Amino acid sequence: MKLCGGTAAGAALLGMLGPESFAEAAPIDIPLRKRIGEKTSICCYCGVGCGVIVASDENGKATSIEGDPDHPINQGALCSKGASLIQVTNNERRLDKVLYRAPYSSDWEEVSWDWAIDKIARNIKKTRDENWTYEDERGRIVNHTEAIGWDGSAVVNNEEAYLFTKFARALGITYLEHCARLCHSSTVAALGSSFGRGAMTNHWIDIKNSNCIMIIGSNAAENHPLAFKWVTEAMEQDAELISVDPRFTRTSSKADTYARMRSGTDVAFIGGMIKYVIEDIEGHPENYNMTYIKEYTNATLLVDPGFKGPADLDGLFSGYDPAKRAYDRSTWVYQLDEKGIPKRDTSLKDPNCVFQLLKKQYSRYDVDTVCSVTGTAKDVYRKVCETYAATGKPDKSATIIYAMGTTQHTNAAQMIRSYSMLQLLLGNIGVAGGGINAARGQSNVQGSTDHCVLYHILPGYLKTPHPEDVDLEAYLKHYTPTSNDPLSANWWGNYDKYIVSLLKAWYGDAASASNDFAYEYLPKVEGDHSHIAAAEAMNDGIIKGFMSPGHNTAVSGPNANLEREWLGNLDWLMVSDLWESETAAFWKRPGVDPAQIKTEVFLLPAQASMEKEGSITNSGRWSQWRYKCCDGPDMARSDLWMVTELIKKVKELYDTEGGEYPDPILNLAWDYGDPPDVHKVAKEINGYDLEAGELLPSFTKLKSDGTTSSGNWLYCASYTEDGNMAARRDPTQTPEQANIGLYPNWSWCWPVNRRIIYNRASVDLDGNPFNPDKPVINWHPLRGKWEGDVPDGGWPPMSQEGTKLPFIMTSEGRGHIFAPGTLLKDGPIPEHYEPWESPVGNLLSNTQSDPAVTIWKSLVKGDASKYPIVATTYRVSEHWLAGQMTRNLPWLVELMPEMFVEVSEELAEEKGIENGKKVIVESARGKIEAVAVVTKRFTPFSINGKRVHQIGMPWHWGYMGLSKGDSANVLTPNIGDANTTIPEYKAFLCDIMAK
Amino acid sequence: MAKAMLNDVNKCIGCRACQVACKEWHDLPAEQTTNRGTYENPPDLSADTWTKIIFKEYSNDGTLRWLFRKEQCMHCTNAPCVNVCPSDALQRHPTLGFVTYDRHKCTGCGYCVEFCPFDIPRMDKESNKLLGTGLMGGKCDFCFDRVSNGLEPACAKACPTGAIKFGEWEDLVAEGKQRVEALKENHPDANFYGEHELGGLHMLYVLDEKPEVYDLPVGPQMPAAATALNVGEWTGVGLGLLVGGGMLGAAMLARARMIEGKKEEESAED
Repeated sequence: MKLCGGTAAGAALLGMLGPESFAEAAPIDIPLRKRIGEKTSICCYCGVGCGVIVASDENGKATSIEGDPDHPINQGALCSKGASLIQVTNNERRLDKVLYRAPYSSDWEEVSWDWAIDKIARNIKKTRDENWTYEDERGRIVNHTEAIGWDGSAVVNNEEAYLFTKFARALGITYLEHCARLCHSSTVAALGSSFGRGAMTNHWIDIKNSNCIMIIGSNAAENHPLAFKWVTEAMEQDAELISVDPRFTRTSSKADTYARMRSGTDVAFIGGMIKYVIEDIEGHPENYNMTYIKEYTNATLLVDPGFKGPADLDGLFSGYDPAKRAYDRSTWVYQLDEKGIPKRDTSLKDPNCVFQLLKKQYSRYDVDTVCSVTGTAKDVYRKVCETYAATGKPDKSATIIYAMGTTQHTNAAQMIRSYSMLQLLLGNIGVAGGGINAARGQSNVQGSTDHCVLYHILPGYLKTPHPEDVDLEAYLKHYTPTSNDPLSANWWGNYDKYIVSLLKAWYGDAASASNDFAYEYLPKVEGDHSHIAAAEAMNDGIIKGFMSPGHNTAVSGPNANLEREWLGNLDWLMVSDLWESETAAFWKRPGVDPAQIKTEVFLLPAQASMEKEGSITNSGRWSQWRYKCCDGPDMARSDLWMVTELIKKVKELYDTEGGEYPDPILNLAWDYGDPPDVHKVAKEINGYDLEAGELLPSFTKLKSDGTTSSGNWLYCASYTEDGNMAARRDPTQTPEQANIGLYPNWSWCWPVNRRIIYNRASVDLDGNPFNPDKPVINWHPLRGKWEGDVPDGGWPPMSQEGTKLPFIMTSEGRGHIFAPGTLLKDGPIPEHYEPWESPVGNLLSNTQSDPAVTIWKSLVKGDASKYPIVATTYRVSEHWLAGQMTRNLPWLVELMPEMFVEVSEELAEEKGIENGKKVIVESARGKIEAVAVVTKRFTPFSINGKRVHQIGMPWHWGYMGLSKGDSANVLTPNIGDANTTIPEYKAFLCDIMAK
Repeated sequence: MAKAMLNDVNKCIGCRACQVACKEWHDLPAEQTTNRGTYENPPDLSADTWTKIIFKEYSNDGTLRWLFRKEQCMHCTNAPCVNVCPSDALQRHPTLGFVTYDRHKCTGCGYCVEFCPFDIPRMDKESNKLLGTGLMGGKCDFCFDRVSNGLEPACAKACPTGAIKFGEWEDLVAEGKQRVEALKENHPDANFYGEHELGGLHMLYVLDEKPEVYDLPVGPQMPAAATALNVGEWTGVGLGLLVGGGMLGAAMLARARMIEGKKEEESAED
């Protein structure tokens, strides 16, 4: 027997002892389980505009999508929706056929693209020709059809949105809308009338520069999580976060101060803060930026002595006509001197100066009254006032982040105006960490708004012509503001250059000085043609054909039951979407018999954001280029391709068959190649020097003589001879720019890459920053120019010759604390009104609700005796808008599987409602079923001593999709803001009961 | 050298980007869920859900708070699951410090489920293992593949507010403790969790309330039975004894035979 054999056996024995030392060890490293992609895109969900990177396989299918670590806004992070993007592109529920539903049929049939395009084009022509108006009954040339409607889209690329508006206008469509109407139309009216431009003033990263952030009418942690990244950064630098909300939300959970406020009472809340600030300015002017208030705002300007406000007129302003429910605004104007320049009182004491009018207006908004209206605890309210007012110091700034909680009311524009006024009093506009950050909720709603897929405006926020605007000269006279003040830049004075350049872009050589630059081709529109009006027109059988790309009105429109019913009045409906949406399938929704519905429906399969190339504009006005990263279903096409195919066919039909006024169609310039090249569209939007044949460097080069073209003057400078500015990915910054996170070389923003607008209000009269720690711009005296951000007008500082006032887009050059003239329909300064449906009377006056709101004939009002509970609608982080983009994704449905309603513990006890069990919620317009989430985060309000309950629910659900449920909009009223008719989704009445 | 993740509950907004990012990276399927009266879903961790956010409405002396905490394997230094696993399916990574899982080795004995002080491992009922679709699975694997290729775990990358940070254990402990001090001004119960527990956790927590408020065990210990029943070692020792005993017996027998043989030889020569 050999000893060595024993040793070997012994060694083998020992090898079986103990797990680590001798067993096969775990690997020290392993390869990545899949590739991480290099192709870049921008997320398709909210308006933050996060960068993503996509990897795909040899078949072109995405294999991984995650955050782009180089992108300055999200830096690789994403929210739950962004993180699930791969389930948008790889999903068996994606539409991969062109579908057609014949009248009265109960099924889809599969058709070819050619067949569908041909049929839709023929429908367009037939409806247009049979319903064409050349001259209206007053003999005015209108050149339009009211019988075709268009709604969509906030999620297509800029180049596609631009082509939508170009296409629709060429056809003479008047009912042209997209969902900006429903979400931020009130923002455009309010911010435009306050500062001159209707957009977010700062940008997402800039939030980190703030000393105090007030999130009101927004739940940013929920719905703009990557914006909340920057809120978190600011808080790490000791910024205070104030959350104002009827419900304690995910945002409230992070706030230093949470202030409860009943839905719809923003004007009271802010009005009280304005009162506090005014009194503090008078008592301690040294704590405020008096230079800013006196020089940069219109606080010193004198108003016509005939102007009277709610303090004198019991809630009304001078000039109200109750029969018309409208104001004669001729007293809402400035007093002018002999040169036509507004008179001023720099002591702020004249009873007609804006400051004193403001003081008078808000003297009624004492703490007791305000808190009786809003239901806020007084000590909390006082704390909010003190904390926020402390940012009135020149070297402090505060920002307001708001969203639908503010915008979706009958007096929404006034609510936003109150935020603007507060910010102007505190010197917070144009500075780092300041501004009004209107948080837009769709990836390209900003772009679609800029390209004006809206009935009342043309690309670049030019006005749609009215029948009274008989020719270009009349049009320009009507809309070009004038100013006699040499200090006012009055930049809208360049109107003629922009409209002529637009017409040249659309009609090329067919637009010349000899034919008024084809002005006659533009359809003239009179009266309200917004979403609610269009729905009424559908009800009345005026709209016969409807085109709805990338929009789901059956879930997102107010009074959803009626809107769904009215879709059945249409002769034909075209929908393009990634999924079979509620709108596309309205004819087979629960409770209806398809055999009774005549509407012919076309459902066109669309490509998703990462499956096509183009640019989108985030809420901060950044236009970001994104690329085709992967393939979707074979049959899916881009909207760029679809609209191009349609116009080709429509042109062909008019060319061969003739028809009503074919000129705007036949002469429409549409030379993007076949298939259309998105870069050619982007270049057209930028514009050309037509004589030199070169791309223009900025809108300062646009002319009114027909030698320049530009599809959208605001985007002129986005695609120049130096290249595609929106595609830039250069993180380089100067130290001053890096200090405030400006990122001027990443993507491109309008106007002319100016990141913080109104920034010449961030410096004193000599051009020195009010806050030397966070300068946005500063004047370099030796170089004689501004450094930092692109200055908002390159003129020298206010103390020098040749200067201009900093708010260059207003007619007098100053920020509007008082919004003069015809800027708004319901008042130059906000007054509190109750929501149209309210359980209590108005404590501030006897004018119960906004007196300038249109009452639609289909409107049904709920009475508090039957519906005593205040209801509001909102969103969850995991779902998005009308839901077809998230309720078809398994990972998101896993997180939020069912429609629910949030109820206070007190109300649940009163009604015998159990957590997790079904309930019925009912309003005057309908009823829905939902799961009850009984929570401490809602508690009853005490309003003027009365107990008022409030409940809330997400509105994402509908009868289609992987996760189905009842739609909250079945309950909401089809009544909207006085200025823009954005629906009052946020405050209405209901009742609730256990099922 | 040793890596860790720092979870700061005070920065967490409960958005669940981490839940989705984990599923996206590992191609994990979604589960069927219902609304049980809370935002929290799925109701529990599983073989297909390796991390989740726990939601809790908490009233602290009249002030309402809404608390969010990410739950996942704690990657303990002295992991009881590693001690009790008889088949080396669960092991400690020698340098990076986290607990790896190899499903090919899993025998489905369930000891890890029984002995984890944080109640993390979940068996897949069908296969009777901690399932995973890849080599590593069934529980948070610290995105081992990403980390060993110089990237951060998917959840840490995705987190919008930086509530999840990835880095060196020592650095994150220092950073976390500083943060706890800063939080104490408004949250006097703020504490740092994971420095000493079970030899140090590689999932560290900045908490702004006591651990029990966040449903975390206070001072979790290695279960006594897990120490005594260090199955692998005992099995090995037992086997060793058996075999060693057998070998000894065989040697004795051989020697005995040899002696016997010699005796026979000797008797043959006589």
